[in-house]
Amino acid sequence: MSMKFAQRATIAAAIAGTMGMSFSPAIAQEDTIKVGILHSLSGTMAISETTLKDTMLYLIDEQNKKGGVLGKQLEAVVVDPASDWPLFAEKARELISVNHVAAVFGCWTSVSRKSVLPVFKELNNILFYPVQYEGEESERNVFYTGAAPNQQAIPAVDYLMENEGVERWVLAGTDYVYPRTTNKILEAYLLDHGVAADDIMINYTPFGHSDWQTIVSDIKAFGSAGKKTAVVSTINGDANVPFYKELGNQGISAQDIPVVAFSVGEEELAGLDTTPLVGHLAAWNYFQSVDTPENEAFIAGWKAFTGNPDRVTNDPMEAHVIGFNLWVQAVEKAGTTDTDAVLDAIIGLETPNLTGGIAKMLPNHHITKPVLIGEIQDDGQFEVVWETDAEVPGDAWTDFLPESKVLEADWTAPISCGNYNTETKTCGGAAN
Amino acid sequence: MAFIQSIARILTPIIFGLMAVCAANAQTASTDIDNLIAALPGGSYADRAGVIEALAATGDTALVPLFEALSEGNLYVTATDGRVVRAVRAGDDYAISDPLTGATLGEVGRRDAEKIKVNNGLRRTIASAIGQLTLMSPNAEIRRSAAESILKTADPASLELLDTALAAEKDPGVLAVLEQARAVIVLGNDFPLAEKQAAVALLVAKGDRDAMAVLTTELASAPDELKPAIEAGIAGIERDLAAWAAAQNVWYGISLGSVLLLAAIGLAITFGVMGVINMAHGEIVMLGAYTTFAVQEVIRNNFPGLFDYSLAIALPLAFLVTALVGMAIERGVIRWLYGRPLETLLATWGISLILQQTVRTIFGPNNREVGNPGWMSGALDIGGMSLTYSRLWIVVFALVVFGILLAVLNRTPLGLQMRAVTQNRRMASSMGIRTPWVDALTFGLGSGIAGIAGVALSQIDNVSPNLGQSYIIDSFMVVVFGGVGNLWGTLVGALTLGIANKFLEPYAGAVLAKILILVFIILFIQRRPRGLFALKGRSVDA
Repeated sequence: MSMKFAQRATIAAAIAGTMGMSFSPAIAQEDTIKVGILHSLSGTMAISETTLKDTMLYLIDEQNKKGGVLGKQLEAVVVDPASDWPLFAEKARELISVNHVAAVFGCWTSVSRKSVLPVFKELNNILFYPVQYEGEESERNVFYTGAAPNQQAIPAVDYLMENEGVERWVLAGTDYVYPRTTNKILEAYLLDHGVAADDIMINYTPFGHSDWQTIVSDIKAFGSAGKKTAVVSTINGDANVPFYKELGNQGISAQDIPVVAFSVGEEELAGLDTTPLVGHLAAWNYFQSVDTPENEAFIAGWKAFTGNPDRVTNDPMEAHVIGFNLWVQAVEKAGTTDTDAVLDAIIGLETPNLTGGIAKMLPNHHITKPVLIGEIQDDGQFEVVWETDAEVPGDAWTDFLPESKVLEADWTAPISCGNYNTETKTCGGAAN
Repeated sequence: MAFIQSIARILTPIIFGLMAVCAANAQTASTDIDNLIAALPGGSYADRAGVIEALAATGDTALVPLFEALSEGNLYVTATDGRVVRAVRAGDDYAISDPLTGATLGEVGRRDAEKIKVNNGLRRTIASAIGQLTLMSPNAEIRRSAAESILKTADPASLELLDTALAAEKDPGVLAVLEQARAVIVLGNDFPLAEKQAAVALLVAKGDRDAMAVLTTELASAPDELKPAIEAGIAGIERDLAAWAAAQNVWYGISLGSVLLLAAIGLAITFGVMGVINMAHGEIVMLGAYTTFAVQEVIRNNFPGLFDYSLAIALPLAFLVTALVGMAIERGVIRWLYGRPLETLLATWGISLILQQTVRTIFGPNNREVGNPGWMSGALDIGGMSLTYSRLWIVVFALVVFGILLAVLNRTPLGLQMRAVTQNRRMASSMGIRTPWVDALTFGLGSGIAGIAGVALSQIDNVSPNLGQSYIIDSFMVVVFGGVGNLWGTLVGALTLGIANKFLEPYAGAVLAKILILVFIILFIQRRPRGLFALKGRSVDA
């Protein structure tokens, strides 16, 4: 059904684009407020992104039942960028200039976000980006509701250092921008904390890598140097399953060499043989298993909306919940959906997150999030073994790389800059 | 809670004292154990580890079920009376029982019991505690795992226990582990030089990675007299390990080669023998994997006892399903396109997309769970090598499939007809062979082989609609490299590429290794366009 809807929306958009651009939006503006949803519904990223599209439809549906926003009903405009990065930019342009959406919720991979950035700047619209990412960015038109590295990677490493006494580190990742940047930050962080360069092993593999024998036996050899060893995994998607299977087969248990993953969530574990994964760790800002009234209500509503009692919830979904609620609040506060007014209004707004805390939109367009470390259970859920005492504010520019240390993002007056250099007191990145 | 904790902290040393002085006073000991158990839920992980160690120090074997429940995450504390219980999910509630005696205590609501949290560090402590408690067990198997867990933690406090166990132990296997555990403790602590030297000798004799880890750690703090012995020992172990690593790498290469062989062998028939550029080959492999999933699903729901045989049941089914699909493709599409490679390529590519989307629509875009039967999990240790069973069986399986296929092609009437048709279609036709029928059967055979390759690949890779895409390029690479139309070429090609890839990987990394292999093949094909084993004869140019 949703597929049909997406197609119809796309066809409708195409027709609108060719037939009469002045005519259809004029009517739309009277009746409803349009919200763009820019998630891949086909191609390799469909596995992860389809759920987020459904989440947005659910949230919009709920909001409309409460009477919409500013007395108008919300209308979802779904497009399918098909896991094709240049198509993301085209579809974003279509959403903004043809459908006249008030804001867009979308993107998953960093490369898709980078691809739509110029469009959002040029046409001055708003993007809510719900996935944990590598940081090192803050744009006027983008709100980052997923975790920055200091809200996921760094606390996970801290946990392993303090609670598991890890001294030797394997940083394993898929070969693309998020793992490479995250590992660069982590390496700098570990070296800062007195870990010898010999005690860090960095390894990259292609997307969908399935033959892990050599790498796992390397990890095994690396881990038998008499120091407690852990793997920090930024391995993405499909490649994780054969990786954990190989660990299990070679007799490496979570107690010997724990793996903490940043890209393995409930959605990825659903429908997998979790036996080889039990006891390994994941760091997120939300788990479905967190027992709070807010979360229980959300899960129940979500299952009812999708009509499937087995549907799971995950971290990027919570990010969309927070992003959407903040946007609704900002629009009501501003009294308009006008981009500039909303950009001003949203900073400093707060909304409860699903884990019993508060998410606050910061001037750097990131939000505050608690950090949870969970252990994988045999039912594909996570058991929280550690969490931060309070929410951690997202840091756009990491403090652990010398070139980013001096940068700060602040979109409020008088700075109003995404990469303000605190040394030279100028906007525009590192001075060199 | 804090009060109980502080009691536990005070109690810990007292219990050690009690143990030594009057172990006979059972009444006091049992009260102490109760107090310690009550202290389990509170505090941080470190506090809990202290309580566990204190409990283990009582030496009471009745505690083992409690530790096991804690380690498995089944130990809860009730909200009403703060009692520590073993709880198992029963519907929406928990069925609770006494953690020591196992006596049932009824049910509590989901929110009325709080789990006592464990993490990996705590599980290690628990394993060592269970080890200490079960070291004198009558069962040699339990004693062995107990000795191994003590070896892992090497806690000096368990030395006395080890000595008692050593004196009583008769089983040579357990004895060896006990001696190693003792040697590790001796090395790490303050002991006379002679004893340390004996310990070093023992560990050098053990000669594995764990021993080397202990020796490396020890080297820094060892007395000067001991250093040469340790250094020589480490060097010796390193030499051995390097030799084993090379052997292991060859094995990994063979294993990767066998996967390539499996993926390519069906293509060796459809592309190699028939000359059809079949872009849907990967999707046929995927169909085989999905057949395995479907078979396992039926077994899981209806005959759980048969799970270990699921692959044996899936194999013929996968062959049948994919062979039929293959024949349908041949009869429906490919036969109209013989002799037009470009159109065949485009048409089969279209079919591959249709098959992918069909599977996506029926089974959904997510990965499907295909379990490993018991006999395919785990590893076989030979010296410094570990051969995982799943890979071992796949190597065997690939070779068996290869052998059968070779026999079919060379020893059966069908094989004879196939070769006749591919070598000279018109003459074969004049001899009374129904060439269209043979075409369909050949394509069906190639597809069926691809399908059973899918059964094997489902064991090591993700079963998703995209499964086939990751193998199609490798398959063509192997067939072209090995020589089109020659099964032996496919075998040698697959193994060569597998081993070369695995030898490059440690130096160049997984990404670069793949690139280097591709470059190598391109250069190779430039020099020998017909691959390793070129087919000779007039048929080649036909």
